[in-house]
Amino acid sequence: MNSLRRIRAVAAKEIRQLRRDRLSFGMIVGLPIMQLLLFGYAINMDVRHLTAGVADLAETTASREYVQDLAHSQVIDIRYQVGSAQALEELLREGRISVGIFLPPDFERRLQQPDRAAGQLLIDGSDTVVQGAATRLAGTARTSPYNDRPPTLEIRTYFNPERRSPVNTVPGLIGIILTMTMTLFTAVAIVRERERGNLELLITTPIGVGELMIAKILPYIGIGLLQATLVLLLGDWLFRVPLLGSLLDAYVVILLFIIANLALGLMISTLASNQFQAMQMTFFILLPSILLSGFMFPFDGMPQAAQWIAEVLPMTHFMRLIRGVVLRGADLWELRGELAALGLFLVISLGVAVSRFRKTLD
Amino acid sequence: MSNTELAVMTRGLTRDFGSLRAVDDVDLEIPRARIYGFLGPNGSGKSTTIRMLCGLLTPSKGEVEVLGLKIPAEAEALRQKVGYMTQKFSLYDDLTVRENLDFMADIYALPRASKKGRLDETCDRYRLASLLKQRTGTLSGGQKQRLALAAAMLHEPELLFLDEPTSAVDPENRRAFWESLFDLVDLGTTILVSTHYMDEAERCHALAILDRGRLVAEGTPEQLADDIPAQVVLLQTGQPRRAGKILHDAHWVISVAQIGNLLRVLVKQDLADADVAVADRVSKAGLGVVDSRVGRASLEDVFVAATQPERAQRQETAA
Repeated sequence: MNSLRRIRAVAAKEIRQLRRDRLSFGMIVGLPIMQLLLFGYAINMDVRHLTAGVADLAETTASREYVQDLAHSQVIDIRYQVGSAQALEELLREGRISVGIFLPPDFERRLQQPDRAAGQLLIDGSDTVVQGAATRLAGTARTSPYNDRPPTLEIRTYFNPERRSPVNTVPGLIGIILTMTMTLFTAVAIVRERERGNLELLITTPIGVGELMIAKILPYIGIGLLQATLVLLLGDWLFRVPLLGSLLDAYVVILLFIIANLALGLMISTLASNQFQAMQMTFFILLPSILLSGFMFPFDGMPQAAQWIAEVLPMTHFMRLIRGVVLRGADLWELRGELAALGLFLVISLGVAVSRFRKTLD
Repeated sequence: MSNTELAVMTRGLTRDFGSLRAVDDVDLEIPRARIYGFLGPNGSGKSTTIRMLCGLLTPSKGEVEVLGLKIPAEAEALRQKVGYMTQKFSLYDDLTVRENLDFMADIYALPRASKKGRLDETCDRYRLASLLKQRTGTLSGGQKQRLALAAAMLHEPELLFLDEPTSAVDPENRRAFWESLFDLVDLGTTILVSTHYMDEAERCHALAILDRGRLVAEGTPEQLADDIPAQVVLLQTGQPRRAGKILHDAHWVISVAQIGNLLRVLVKQDLADADVAVADRVSKAGLGVVDSRVGRASLEDVFVAATQPERAQRQETAA
């Protein structure tokens, strides 16, 4: 009873302080929106007016009509007409075009053949944005009578064999935003109290370590859920990110991840002696979370050592979970291994935090 | 060693920080319903001692018993019974006065029925009623101190620790502050206060003088002045600065302090006819002496004599 009252007092105080700290309060809502727009649109920008070159060696009515169809899609602007595949490659290398369309002399005959593509789409893969658009371009170019055939154009991606799309980014973005805000907020919330001397007073009161930790975590669970909801809603509205799995499953995963990050923040707060150190430690976690978790680069392509590091990060497991639920419609039982990994991380970091946090100044 | 008559009892209390011994073998017996002061220069171990007594620091050696509870083993049971006013203001600057008091009332889980009454009474006593809606960060030094004391007393602790409570407060507020401390003692509260101000130390019922972690003198201010292991000579001379330098070089002089035109000379206890000796030394140097007589020791003299024993020793071996 007294315990509940103390927890409520600290949690209420925490929220009150947060509300008065305009910058932090702005960050709660501003950060997800800003990141979503930045990441989302940077990847979405590509859909229209890519510079293109055409090497139409067939020069038949069908091939000309086909090039016209592509141009009408507005995805590409045809700037160059050249005579060979080599010339296209050259334009690509010089950066004059992002997309090259190569139609071989036997284009019409190949259209009839079910087992091979009729032409080639040469893509500047050094720009991932272009890749995504070109993939869709190849899809839309599929003409209806040959639906069960291979695509009209076979895609050949140059310089970067990996393909990504904004749909993949948004769920992962929830993880990045939560890693950043949850870890930082809790770490700073405790370290700041220590720096200002509040903690010296607080630990002479009857409040227990457990009560203090729960009270410090509670308000941020709410904030984390709010941020995740914001990203999910905006992702649906702006980028039509589908939710194939159940919404409840998605929130279970998000909740577990939020608590894991808050526990990490608590652990950092017991290690850092000032706010600057707490911030540095958070970024020490955040950077590999962005780079190694599979958010930025595909996990399987990374060297073995990087994969080992990534397995330790909660973000890696969250990426697999949230992509599984949101994009592949997997249920939690199928993802139990990843859930267990996240749970283990939570238990360990909370254990370290509680055992290191003492009600003394020793 | 349980003794409930005593508020605080320590035996051989010691605390090391790495190779530094901050508190060294301190024995204390502090009775209840008294104001007990720790007097000492910065770094003498006052704060460290107070922090060990309220369970914030674990002693490296020694036994501690506070309000009959063994510390640090029973520190949690002690929390509800003690109040602690930190050296640095430690309530929340970004909360209002009312929010801070409410917060502390909830942390100590004051019974809901009496909470409002207790808060009103506290605000009255510490003149906070007009400040309730003000952000704490904007309060003056004296107001902050009143709030800190109010917060520390909200749960009516038996024992109150005050760590240099008046360092940011003007003399008038300091006076009012001490008045409120004596009110609390009347109600049975024991108060432990650390300070480096003589006038503040003089108000305590009893004092411990700490120097580099050691307890070098203990007693009531009067006792300490009576038992001072030194003599005080008041010298009136036309050239106090020069006379002061000449006296300072004498091996039997512990310290010389100039107070206006008067020199206050602290002389070792075993010197016979100290007033004559002082006058002789000054006139031999060719300076005029108007008057020289033995005076009563002040608390400052006690403090200086207690915290500079090694000067006396050094001079002895040189002589």
